[in-house]
This record gives sequence, structure tokens and C-alpha cells, in this order.
Amino acid sequence: MAYSRRQKNNRPVPKLELRIAIISAVMMAALTAVAVRLYYLQVIRNSEFTELADRNRIRIRRVTAPRGLVFDRRHRPLVDTHPSFNAVIVPEDSDDLTQTVKSLETLLGQTGIKAKLDTADDEGRPEYEPVTVEERLEWPQVVALETHQLDLPGVSLEITPARHYLYGSLAAHLLGYVGEVDREDLMKASYKSGDEIGKFGLERGWEPFLRGEAGGQEIEVDSVGRRLRVLKEIPDHPGQSIVLTLDLDVQQAAEQAMAGKMGAMVALDPNNGDILAMVSNPSFDPDIFGGGIKSADWRKLMTDPDHPLQNRVIQGTYPPGSTFKIVDSIAGMEEKTLTPDTTYNCNGGLWFGGRTYHCWRKHGHGAIQLHRAIVSSCDVFFYQVGEKLGIDRLSHWAHLLGLGERSGIALDNEKGGTMPSSAWKQKRFHERWYPAETLSVAIGQGYVTTTPLQMAEVAAIVANGGIRYRPQFVKEVEGLDGNAARTYEPIIEDRIAFDPEIITEIRNAMSDVVNGAGGTGHKAQLEGIEVAGKSGTAQVVGNQSANLESGEDEDKIPYKYRDNGWFIAFAPKDHPQIAIACIIEHGGHGGSSAAPVIHDVMKRYFALYPPNPATTPDLTNAMPDPNVAERDD
Amino acid sequence: MPAIDRRLLGHFDWTLFLSVLALAGIGVLSVMSASYASSHHALNGLVTRQLLWILIGTIIMVGALFFDYRAMLTYAYPLYAGCLALLIAVSVIGHSTGGSRRWINLGFFHLEPSELAKLAIVLVMVRYLREEPPRGGWRLRQMIIPAVMLGVPAVLVLKQPDLGTALVLILISVTLVFVSGLSWRTMVALGLAAMLAAPVSWHYLKPYQRQRLVSFIDPKADPLGSGYHIIQSEIAIGAGGTWGKGFMKGTQARLNFLPEETTDFIFAVFAEEFGIVGSIVLLMLYAGLIARGTWIAQHARDRFGALLALGLTGIVFWQVAINIAMTTGMLPVVGIPLPLVSYGGSSVLTMMTAMGLLISVNARRRIHS
Repeated sequence: MAYSRRQKNNRPVPKLELRIAIISAVMMAALTAVAVRLYYLQVIRNSEFTELADRNRIRIRRVTAPRGLVFDRRHRPLVDTHPSFNAVIVPEDSDDLTQTVKSLETLLGQTGIKAKLDTADDEGRPEYEPVTVEERLEWPQVVALETHQLDLPGVSLEITPARHYLYGSLAAHLLGYVGEVDREDLMKASYKSGDEIGKFGLERGWEPFLRGEAGGQEIEVDSVGRRLRVLKEIPDHPGQSIVLTLDLDVQQAAEQAMAGKMGAMVALDPNNGDILAMVSNPSFDPDIFGGGIKSADWRKLMTDPDHPLQNRVIQGTYPPGSTFKIVDSIAGMEEKTLTPDTTYNCNGGLWFGGRTYHCWRKHGHGAIQLHRAIVSSCDVFFYQVGEKLGIDRLSHWAHLLGLGERSGIALDNEKGGTMPSSAWKQKRFHERWYPAETLSVAIGQGYVTTTPLQMAEVAAIVANGGIRYRPQFVKEVEGLDGNAARTYEPIIEDRIAFDPEIITEIRNAMSDVVNGAGGTGHKAQLEGIEVAGKSGTAQVVGNQSANLESGEDEDKIPYKYRDNGWFIAFAPKDHPQIAIACIIEHGGHGGSSAAPVIHDVMKRYFALYPPNPATTPDLTNAMPDPNVAERDD
Repeated sequence: MPAIDRRLLGHFDWTLFLSVLALAGIGVLSVMSASYASSHHALNGLVTRQLLWILIGTIIMVGALFFDYRAMLTYAYPLYAGCLALLIAVSVIGHSTGGSRRWINLGFFHLEPSELAKLAIVLVMVRYLREEPPRGGWRLRQMIIPAVMLGVPAVLVLKQPDLGTALVLILISVTLVFVSGLSWRTMVALGLAAMLAAPVSWHYLKPYQRQRLVSFIDPKADPLGSGYHIIQSEIAIGAGGTWGKGFMKGTQARLNFLPEETTDFIFAVFAEEFGIVGSIVLLMLYAGLIARGTWIAQHARDRFGALLALGLTGIVFWQVAINIAMTTGMLPVVGIPLPLVSYGGSSVLTMMTAMGLLISVNARRRIHS
């Protein structure tokens, strides 16, 4: 027992010196490990942490450049930019975000700020990126935020230029609107979240000029986001301004004439394709898109059965009705199946292919020739013109006049309408063309549809004697120095070699539509100026009442089945300065619904731009000015 | 008497003394830089108070030369008892900031008894462990008294709650127990027991302490929550680079991105402004201090002196290691000051007193080849 205990205690007493040596080795090893860690942080990862430290203290603030202005042709502003205040918040800079949001909501009298922050985070907001919580603050809100800045860590005011459309919905479809960039925009160009971008119309098409170049500020902030000083400033470059071909007065006259009516109107200068006025009704207020459109407003615009966002001038496709008879006349005479002396008898209808095709005038026009057929818009006459021509020759000339083709105007989603032919029908319906269908097309019904812009071009081509210009609405881009940085020359899409005598014949007939006895467009008459025009009254799809231009019981027809009223015109007849097409949806007679609009617009136009034969080419026999640019393709 | 004085003066440890003053000087500069943001004065109240503590501490240090450390055999238990009384007083009348009760408000001074506890625990431990251990070393049975000596103040400190200081008390005690001759077998047994106890102690941690452990493992999981401190501190240190951003030019502290920038995170302030060069100089000063401390322990005239020297060195080492490891993201965030550098009267005075005792042990070392 005693032996074994001695055995057990045989081990030595631990040596103090050895243990001290062990522990000091451990201590030195630990300090070495700390030194290695410091080397790793301060030397190896130095640049990374330097960047993080700068990101901590430096906020890069983009200073959005003011967007360029938009002027009418006489340099009167239509769209400008003025400063607007937004409330922005950097959530990371607030110690107590819930409290900050609560105070902010109280001060602004708004709710839902938390939801906005959550949405921003869901969309992958980078750390320390500010979120705009409320845009276009009212002045009292701005003052409230400024005075309570210390209670609102992380919250700041941001001054951004806001787009302002001086005349509200005036020319809204042409001017377009701006909105906040979406994810797609962010992918493709140097846009930053929150930037404004042109979304529609001119704003979209001329975005690269209007936008300018954003500047920036490097601001040092402390840990709660309070701004201490500006470290660096890069100036912004404002966008360039745009001078339109539009004339504010003419546009206003057009808007007034179209007020309360659904439809479209476009006025061109037939000598270069400049758009002088463009109206599509119903319209919208482009101001509501700036600074984030409220979803309720957006839904209202999107679901409105009258499609206010649609630009009817280029996107509305309507049967042209009797305005198409101008196309018949040109095609017939050019193809020599029709002469001014060709006589047809109209007894109120034409028996063809097993049914009767009615004239709008039930008891007929009697023996009738081209001039009077245009003036009184005889359907039976043109059924036979069409029948003699056949659809393919008619289609050929219609295409030359720009029907069934996009005009090439610099606006998105332009429609080309439909100008049928036998090949078109074969392709579209796998069916041959029936000659009877040509009769419908000849009076602008059936498969043929056109946009108001195309019909204005038809009027312009007749007016200028055969040049199809590409319609343009921008005259020049104006540099910051006030000089033109870029000008837009007229673009000739096509030069059609018409027989001048044919054109003269048609012009004379169109003049009598407005000014002659029995003409259907007397309401477009102007004192002292010879207006040439053509009315049209087109059935809307589904309306089988076939009371074209009879007008007997128009008021009894339900609104949505009422005919669309057309009028196309140019003036002065011999030295044209303006060509217009107008359609009033469900307006009934073109001569009574659309012609007055054209009258008002022309009256205002000629008050400003009196007829001046010296500066406008005499088109009675001259070929167009060879100095204007040809289209390259 | 005068003869003894002259011999003591000849043994004055100038290396140790100057290292301490150099570290204190670095501390003053760092406190100056860290406190500038809120006061906008280089010589603000914080800095002048720190200078005052250092002055008092220097007097204590020099005075300690003439104090025979062996007198601590007598004073150890009364000092320990007094310290326990203060710790209890803190839990009753303590001044609380930020959810913890650590200070006693003396009007002119906020006394932090847990700082004194570091010194007190060394004294009582050393007094008990100075006995020669039996063959094979200390057994579990003989460790009951040291466990109680440690347990009482450790629990009181943990209740404040101050996990960091409690941890330092434990580590100092463990160091002393090991050095004084714990048997290897008992060491293994205790080690296994500690491992088994770890999951249980998790249960007793406060939610914020648990959160700190979680965010230590993955600081980016909650960058604005408890991981924030670690990330901001790493950013500050890392941004310092080789030469640092220069005195008073560190943005992390100046713009308030660092938490507790004058105390627990003072190292990050220093490292941002003085870079790896400054950090290594600081680390070398500590390493020199610690090497000198262990040297004194090896050469002390008796076992009490040796253990005392090692215990005092341990206070410095554990705090330095944990503090820097924490600010560099190697360990979870626990509130521990950087000895002699962090702002705080209790901390500075305790550390300088400890260094004074070290000087005292050295002055009375064995004189042999």
C-alpha cells in the first residue's frame, strides 16, 4: 500500500521556470497571430477597406441635368423644366428607421413610406443608395423637412428638375411624356435609378438631345447621414432644346376646333412635310407622368375605352370613305381608264355581281362626269371607275400616294393601314379577289383603311403636284449657345411623275367641293382664299345601315354606330401652303363635322401666314423644287 | 535606509517604465483624435483627464519601487474583500449606461470596480498558489479555493453585465493556476469539462451576447445590427494601410462610424491613422512589456514574486490579445479596454499600479549570475 502510494507520487513537482517559458511562448505566438491579422487587413486588403471607408463617408449625388426645352416654330416655349423637391431617405443612415419613417409621414401628411422602402429593397437597392419616398413636394412640406432635419436622420431633400408642359394636354401625343427609368432602360445606357427618361413622343425620340449630361457631387457625410461638406463637384450639362415645326397658334386653333370631339387632325406644309398642328382626341395631361405617375392615374388611362394614350393621327386606322375618290380619280386617269369626259349614269344604285351597290343619293345623279362626280361625291360613278381599273392598278396608285405604307414619321408605333390588292388578299386570306370587292374599296370602304396622317399626305401630294415628303415635326435641335446644332431638311420619300393636267383636273374639282354649287364641303370655305377639299363619310365596322351621306335620320342612330366624318383639304389651291386631314369619330357627315374644323384651323393659319404666291412655288404646272434633299434609300 | 534606496534606484526598470509611458502617450493621442469629433478641441476634457490619470499613475509607478511587493501577502485578502464590497455596491448603487451597471459615481470620478478586480484576483490567487504544489502538481481538490476566489467576483462582474472583464478574470486565474503547477491530468479533465459546459453556458448568455457571437461568425448577416461594430472596425483598420491616414485624419472615428471609439475600439482609431507601421510599433511595445514581465517572473527572488510578476503580465497580455483580436474581427465583440491606451481612469490607474508592482518585483530580484 505504502509502496504503491510512493509509486504514484513518483512524478516530479512541476517546474515553475518551465511553465513560465511555456506561457510566454503562448503569449508571443498569440501576438504574432494578431500581427499577421493586421498585415492581412492593413496591407493585403487595404484598397478594399479604403474604398469601403470612402463609401461610408462619401455620398455621390448625381445632379440631373435640366432637360432641354421644346419650342414651337416661332420659338415660343411649349415644354420647360423647373426645380422640384423630392424627399429621399438612406435607410442605413437612420438608427431607428421606424421612428424616422413615422416622423416623416407625419410631416408630409403621407403614408406608405415603409412600403416604398421595402419595394426598393426588393428591387435590389444597393446599400446606402437613397430611396425617393415622396416627389414634387409642396412648399410647406419642404419647409417642414428643412426645419426638422435633425429629427430625421437619413432623410434629405433632393432638388430635381421637373418637366412641365406649359399648355397641359396641348399636342400631348406629339410631345409625349417623361417617366422614371425602368429596369430595361437601366440595362442599356448610362441611366441611374430614379433618372427621368422620355417615354413617348418627341420626349422619347429626341431623348439623346434633350437629356443632357448629369453632373455630380461628392459629399462627405457622418455616420447618421448628415452632410458635412462637398468634396468635389462635377458640373452638369443641360440638354439641348428642340424647335418644332408646330405653330402654337395653329395648334391651339386646332385643339379648340376639336374640343369635345373624338378624332384626329393633322396639318402639313405640302412644300416640305412639316407638321404644323397635330391633334388626337381624347388626350391626356403629360404632367401627370413626371415624378412617378400614380398607379390609379395610370390604370385610368390604360383602361379608358376611348384610348386617350393612342395617337389617332398615326395609329388610328379608319376606312377613308369618299376621300378615297381622289385616289380613284388619279389612278383612273393615269391608267387611262378614265377621262374627264367619261360619263356614267347614276340612278341611285349599281347592279353588280348579284346585288345592288347603292349611291348615297337614293334617286341618283343621272348622267355624270368626273368633275361633278367628285363635287357631289357620286358613289355609282366611282364604283364603275374602280371596276374598270381593277384592284391591283388601284392599289398601285394608292401605294404611290402613301396608302398602306408607314409615312416614316419619327413617332413610335405608327400604323400603315391597309391598301388591299389581289396578292394581299391571297396572302392574308388565301382567297382570290372578287371584282365586287373593288367596288367597296373604290368608295373607301371594305378592306381599305388609312390613318389621318396618310390622308393628309394624299392632300399634300395633290397640292404639291407629286412629291411625297416624310412628315417631320422637328425643325432643329438648338445648341446651348442658341445656334442650331442640327437642322432637319425636308426628306422626299417619293417623287411621282403625275400628268400635270390630271392633277389640275382634280384640284379644280376639289375646289368646287368647297366653293362650287352642290359641293359637299362648303363649311370649309374661307373668304379670299381658295380652299380645295374632299369630304368623306365612312361607315364604322358593323354598321350596315348604308345611309352614306343621306343624313336623313342620323340622330336616331346610336352614337357608336354613327358614321365617321372625314375631310381633307389644302389651300390656297394654286399656291398651297397647308394641307389638312381631319376625322371626327361618329361625327356623321364629313362636310358638316370635319370641314368646320379645317375651316377654323386654316382661318387661323392664314391670319398668321397670309397667302404669298411669291414664296410658294406655283404648282399649277411647275415641277417641285429640285433643291430639297432626296431620300437616300 | 538611504543605502537600500540607492540599490533600488539602480534596479529601476527603465525599459518597462518608458514602454508604459510610450503606450500611455499613444493612448493620449488616440483619445485626442477619437474625441475630437464631438468636442472640436484637441485638448478637451477627456484628454486632460486622461493626462491627469497618467500623471497620478506615473507617481504610483515610481512610488511602487520603494514598496516591497511582499507586503502584498498581508494586503491581498483585505484588498480582495474591499474589491468584492465595491462590486456588490455597484450592483446596488451603480451608475448605469447603455444597459449595464459598471460604475460608482464618486462625483469627481466614475470608479469602475471591475478594473480593480483584475488586480485583486491576481493578488489573492498568487497568495494562495505561492505554496509549492505536491508531486505531480495541483489536483482538483486543491483548486476548490481558487475556484471560489475567482467565482465570486466573476459572477458579480458577469451580472453587470460585463462579459469581457469576467473573461479576463477567468483567463488570468487559469494562467496562474497553470504556471503554478496544475497537474496535466487535472488540466485535461478540466478542459473536457469546460467543453461540455459550453452549450450549457450558451443558455445563460444574454440575448445581445448571443447575438454578438452569431454576428462574429457571420458579420455580414446583419450589417447594421450587431455585425456593424465589427465591420466598421475592420474598415477603419484596413483603411489605415501602410502609413495610415495621418494623425486626426481618420474618417471612421471622426465621422462617428466607430462605436466606443475612445475605449474598446481605440485600437481601430489608432490603426486607421497610423497604419500597419503604427500598429506594429504598438504591438512591439506590448510584446516588449510582456517579454519583460515574463523575464521578471523568471528572475524573481521568490515564488510569490514570480507568480505575481506573471499574473500582472497576464493582465496586460489577455487584454491586449482579446482587445485587438476583437477589433480586427478575430474574436466576438466583448468590451475590454486596451491597457494603458484606452480612455478611463480606473483602467489606467489599475494598469499603472500593476506595472508599478512589476517594477517592485524586479527591483528585488535575485542577484546572481
